[in-house]
Amino acid sequence: MNPVDLFTRFSDWLTGLVFYSVDVGGATLPLIVVWLVVAGAFFTVWLGFMQVRGPKLSIDLVRGRYSDPDDAGEVTHFQALATAVSGTVGLGNIAGVAIAISLGGPGATFWMILAGLLGMATKMAECMMGVRYRREHADGSVSGGPMYYLRDGLAARGMGGLGKVLAVLFALFMIGGAVGGGNMFQSNQATAQIIAVTGGEDSYIADVPWVVGLVFAGLAGAVIIGGIKSIARVTEKIVPFMAGLYIVACLVVLVWNVGAVPEAFGSILTGAFSPEGVAGGAVGALIVGFQRAAFSNEAGLGSASVAHSAVKTKEPATEGFVAMLEPFIDTVVICTMTALTIVITGAYTNPDASELGGVALTSDAFATVLPWFPNVLALAVVLFAFSTMISWSYYGMKATGYLFGDNVVAENTFKVVFLVFTVVGSAAALGPVINFSDSAIFLMSLPNLVGLYLMAPEIRGVIRSYFDRVQKGEVTQVPQPTR
Amino acid sequence: METVVVGVDNSDASTRAVEFAVERARHNDWKVVLVHVVPWSPYSFQTASENEHRHREKERELAAATEQVLVPMARIAEDGGVPHTEVVRHGKPSDTITDVARETGAVHVIVGRTGDGGLREAVFGSVASRLVQHAHLPVTVVP
Repeated sequence: MNPVDLFTRFSDWLTGLVFYSVDVGGATLPLIVVWLVVAGAFFTVWLGFMQVRGPKLSIDLVRGRYSDPDDAGEVTHFQALATAVSGTVGLGNIAGVAIAISLGGPGATFWMILAGLLGMATKMAECMMGVRYRREHADGSVSGGPMYYLRDGLAARGMGGLGKVLAVLFALFMIGGAVGGGNMFQSNQATAQIIAVTGGEDSYIADVPWVVGLVFAGLAGAVIIGGIKSIARVTEKIVPFMAGLYIVACLVVLVWNVGAVPEAFGSILTGAFSPEGVAGGAVGALIVGFQRAAFSNEAGLGSASVAHSAVKTKEPATEGFVAMLEPFIDTVVICTMTALTIVITGAYTNPDASELGGVALTSDAFATVLPWFPNVLALAVVLFAFSTMISWSYYGMKATGYLFGDNVVAENTFKVVFLVFTVVGSAAALGPVINFSDSAIFLMSLPNLVGLYLMAPEIRGVIRSYFDRVQKGEVTQVPQPTR
Repeated sequence: METVVVGVDNSDASTRAVEFAVERARHNDWKVVLVHVVPWSPYSFQTASENEHRHREKERELAAATEQVLVPMARIAEDGGVPHTEVVRHGKPSDTITDVARETGAVHVIVGRTGDGGLREAVFGSVASRLVQHAHLPVTVVP
């Protein structure tokens, strides 16, 4: 048997395992989605509904109301949040939502928002732990993430052996996720967008898609190997701008069709509980809604914990409250905007929806009001994809660093492998490889959530004691300048 | 003894501002606080790897500012025989200079008319003009 066949069989086996589904009233329910949503529900109750009680504190923290003035020049809560959000916001918000609505009807939006709200609690738990167990190196740089809290947090509870195993598994899965979903999938979809706007099958690059992959790999390589920070900086500055532009464009579409807004909300609500023509009925709508939210905001996977752990703070709980905003921004705001745009314009009723694919569906929705917007959307997709690639290359590198004790050769090898797969990802659909990478990303949630459950008492203790101290006024706020 | 704050950077105007301040300080028995602000915003967008190494980078920026800006400026005060202290901080220059003025109980701020901001100054205006518009205490701008 040749290696490709072997890999395909392995990938199929893994995909079957990770996305093992059961049939619920005519709809397929992948158990991994249940795993993520149950975690969200558990931590929502366990931490005491911080999604409802905590947002004011979260926003005050992001605004620097509790930041020590002597920490000027260090990584602020805002910066840690912005970095994590730019790694999360991407194709899931544009393409994933369109797919959800074409499959689950407008009602899927309702369940997606609910899953986003539940995900806030999981994100809070994992990002607080990331800061609590991060490693501060001699030069002041920091390494954090699930690998560290799984190993050290479980060791502190007398489960050192299990902790080490979970940490290594997590690091391995994160490398797989970084190379696949965080890289190949992004480069694949971005290339498809570039081909679509340059003339589809007649495009001069349709026959040589790997050229686009090569350009991506070149730019990404300049950032992660060459250390050319300016490219990454430019991306980091354009991405929030594009996200803002995207939301404005959604609002323009909504305002243009303002008369249809109440009806759209109506169809989202009725569709959530009694949808028409959706496979599996309300349960079917619920499943796709939950699934898209989980895939988009990454709560429970542990990836964002790596980015959040760089923040400068003495209180790990603060970053928990700040990280809680991430699924809110990603799912409750951006995904909902996409959903409303698609529902209002009726783009999802296109009979060819499933063939068109996610981005094209969203693109059509915008084109009904803003005919030129599909080009901007294509640019946004490419930039989102690139920034996601940069973020995941970092996550993968940190995982490699964890496994090989920050060995420079190992980290550089990872970077080269990562870039090779950027090109490979652009060149072909490569179903098995994409399946494999999706599987690896969701596998991360197994060791991560097992660890979080085992450490749940500690998580609740830290979050609640900080929240109580804030409520009692025992945490000093920065005096605001009077001018 | 009254305190004056002098905002300093790498520019010639800054040197002239310090010379002017030291001259006045000697006559009027003032104490000078030399402030250099490394432009920084808590709301910027950065990559994960920049965040990881931010602390080291901050230390490097502070060391460079001290060596390249504050040490030469302090020498002018030293040569003029005026009591002086140096402060280097990250932040928005105009706001941070007034913050330091408030903390040190200064009665007066002195800055050069143009800084070393280049294009940023051309587009967003100079620190001097911001100070003149927003500071809570008298500001002298040295040409």
